[in-house]
Amino acid sequence: MLSNKVQDVFNEPGCSKNQGKSEKERKKGCTKALQPGGAAGGCAFDGAKIALQPITDVAHLVHGPIACEGNSWDNRGSRSSGSQLWRTGFTTDINELDVVYGGEKHLFKSIKEVLDKYSPPAVFVYQTCVPAMIGDDIEAVCKAASQKFGTPVIPVNSPGFVGPKNLGNKLAGEALLDYVIGTEEPEHTTPYDINIIGEYNLSGELWQVKPLLDHLGIRVTCCISGDARYHDVAQSHRARAAMMVCSKSMINIARKMEERYEIPFFEGSFYGISDTSESLRQISALLVQRGAPEELLERTEALIACEEARVWERINEYTPRLRGKRVLLFTGGVKSWSVVSALQEAGMVVVGTSVKKSTKEDKERIKEIMGEDAHMIDDMTPREMFAMFRDAKADILLSGGRSQFTALKNKMPWVDINQERHQAYNGYEGMVNLVKQIDLAIHNPMWPILRKPAPWEMREVG
Amino acid sequence: MSEVIRNHKSCTVNPLKMSQPIGGALAFLGIANCMPMLHGSQGCTSFGLVLFQRHFNEGIPMQTTAMSEVATVMGGLDNIGSAILNIQNRTKPSIIGICSTGVTETKGDDVDGYIKNFRALHPELDSLSLVYVSTPDFKGAFQDGWAKATENMIQALVHEKTWEQAGKINVLAGSHLTSADIDELRDLCEAFQLEVTVLPDISGSLDGHIPQDFTPNTLGGTPLESIAEMGNAELTIVLGEQMRPAAEALLQKTGQPYVLFDRILGLEATDQLLDCLSQLSGHPVPAKYRRQRSQLVDAMLDAHFFFGGKQISIGAEPDLLWDLGNWMHEMGAVLKTAVTTTESPLLVQMPCDTVLIGDLEDLESRSTGCDLILTHSHGRQAAERLGIPLYRIGIPIFDRLGAAHRPILGYRGARDLTFAVGNLLLSTESENLPDTWPLPMESTDARAPVALTE
Repeated sequence: MLSNKVQDVFNEPGCSKNQGKSEKERKKGCTKALQPGGAAGGCAFDGAKIALQPITDVAHLVHGPIACEGNSWDNRGSRSSGSQLWRTGFTTDINELDVVYGGEKHLFKSIKEVLDKYSPPAVFVYQTCVPAMIGDDIEAVCKAASQKFGTPVIPVNSPGFVGPKNLGNKLAGEALLDYVIGTEEPEHTTPYDINIIGEYNLSGELWQVKPLLDHLGIRVTCCISGDARYHDVAQSHRARAAMMVCSKSMINIARKMEERYEIPFFEGSFYGISDTSESLRQISALLVQRGAPEELLERTEALIACEEARVWERINEYTPRLRGKRVLLFTGGVKSWSVVSALQEAGMVVVGTSVKKSTKEDKERIKEIMGEDAHMIDDMTPREMFAMFRDAKADILLSGGRSQFTALKNKMPWVDINQERHQAYNGYEGMVNLVKQIDLAIHNPMWPILRKPAPWEMREVG
Repeated sequence: MSEVIRNHKSCTVNPLKMSQPIGGALAFLGIANCMPMLHGSQGCTSFGLVLFQRHFNEGIPMQTTAMSEVATVMGGLDNIGSAILNIQNRTKPSIIGICSTGVTETKGDDVDGYIKNFRALHPELDSLSLVYVSTPDFKGAFQDGWAKATENMIQALVHEKTWEQAGKINVLAGSHLTSADIDELRDLCEAFQLEVTVLPDISGSLDGHIPQDFTPNTLGGTPLESIAEMGNAELTIVLGEQMRPAAEALLQKTGQPYVLFDRILGLEATDQLLDCLSQLSGHPVPAKYRRQRSQLVDAMLDAHFFFGGKQISIGAEPDLLWDLGNWMHEMGAVLKTAVTTTESPLLVQMPCDTVLIGDLEDLESRSTGCDLILTHSHGRQAAERLGIPLYRIGIPIFDRLGAAHRPILGYRGARDLTFAVGNLLLSTESENLPDTWPLPMESTDARAPVALTE
């Protein structure tokens, strides 16, 4: 059952990387075998949870020992405009007896307790390694619980050991496709309804873009899964068009919704000014294709012109301070190329970027934007990363939380651009903020003070 | 005396507890030039790594045997071997600390046996220490993993007693000590001219400082040579009931006597610790600490007005709960709610009616009307909903700075905590208003209203 699903995900025809492979290569899957003693990323369960937890009014129940939820709950940067239930940590916290006798009854009772106490519109049950090993059939338990209690109980079968985070993202998508999307009908629809897929509303950054869409009269019927409600996801099959945001993490949802419900989608980004404008254009174009009045295109262009002028004016205030500043960018996937173009817009020079999680397509785009001699970094030890930082004479490192100390411990400015960050960087508004954060980091007066040795060290050297 | 309640519901909501393996990993993070490794799927490590990184604001060395589905079913022993070789090639640690997880314990990997075979096959790695500890996720909690890892390190790394070095002591430090607590403790010992080996010692490795060089392994921590010689000390001081099995192991192995202090926080606790050090060393308590003692006494005098009668709710691991609960009780506050993570002989002695082995949902539902909550950062949602101030203490603290630098040990530690918590209580004192003291219903009914006219 699960291995079929994993194969299905590996076969994803929407993935350009996949299309270049032979039948046999495809079967092996898109993920490199993890190296014992040399791996660092999250597991498939982590990926599934990241992808679905932003659905705010759902109870997310983790079936497993305390590690899976107890060590990690309430640590995501998503934001909700309503229910905070998604931030509540639910877990069966299974014990030795469950491992010996099986945890299905324990799970069933837990579902009942959650429904009784919190009455969510649905419960998502996440499988983890231990119950998967002892053969707990969460699909069967969820089915029985749904029938008995009359509330959807959705199995998310993505135990950690099946693979890395990215695979978990996709398996989460499969759960939505199998059990949620298309199970309810909306009360009304408009020609301006879109889905946004693969946007997690980190630091609330969806709200940097939503006012633009609101202004155009475009309705985000469902964002999968940032600030989403269960019923919105269940009814999302009636949207007219879709935008897929985070590179390939949820391409299976976008493609299968096109296949099943004829919802056309495009791949876009809200990181960067030109990317934001292009995405707005594409959304409008798709909606018009699907029957929305053509005047939408004009209104979109007018909005873009107005907002681009406004954002440039605001960024220009920073350009004199930032022109020629050298940036080393270290992050995965889509963020690489979309942020590169954004920084260039603000006059900065990107001296290198990581391509660890990027697809072949991503890499091509980076080449296009940065030129043939772009430093593309695949994988790097902290020592190598610092050497690169120094040799490239970079002024600032932009990366995720894990590599921050490479910069900070060497008294170099750093800005967080990954999922744990506190800042929002979407749309025009977000670019102004990113530039502002870079300016604050680079020009903090503390740097020269920190870099100066203590007086006695000066004496000792001299 | 207190009644201990356990197993009262199926679904844990808002966990207070963290898992054993990462408790074990943190203990290994207190050893010099060490690479902790979890034998499990890569997520087991990744969750722990992110958690510690956010708590300490430091890069965390921690590896994984990266168990795949197939390896899990077929047995993952080979993964341990290749992980060890890989780590040896990449980072060259002096020691790899291996903790099992729920995944590998369910399968029942015989890791001890495997390591024996691995040793025979790889004599070139004889100088690399390997310590294995069994820490299934589905049993016990963080504190237990820390304690077991320490015990196993003693079993594996301490040599037999060869001589007794005068003026040398060991400290076995529980998981409730911060880097700052260990620093404070070391200062105390040195003030009596005692040389101290602390195990595990996260004060050097996780105290947030700027290292001279990169190291992919732990930087600072107890050196292996010091651990080997722990049998030669005059005395072992044990901080926290959780460390008793480790102390017993040391006693069994080397005949090393120990004194156990179940408290590190408070006036009497500190008095006892200093008295012990003074008697052992033959030096009087230095003037500096007599001064600090009187500062603490003064702090308690100044602060007790704001603690007296206050209702307190604490969620913490047993040893920290024991410290905080008793300290609150000594300050005149009432320990109304006590929630903890795992078993301990101290629980029945807690100064409250019941101790619950439970979660933060339990803490929240039992904290209505309380004046203060003390727990780790995950208490923030409950505190916000209840409108009760939260003092963050324990692990993890991810939404405040400087968690590693806050001591509770010693006179200074107790003094600073008294002020910090006292200020929180002080800030919520409400002002009296005209309607603060309304007459109760029975009084207003019994008394005829005063006629105002005629």
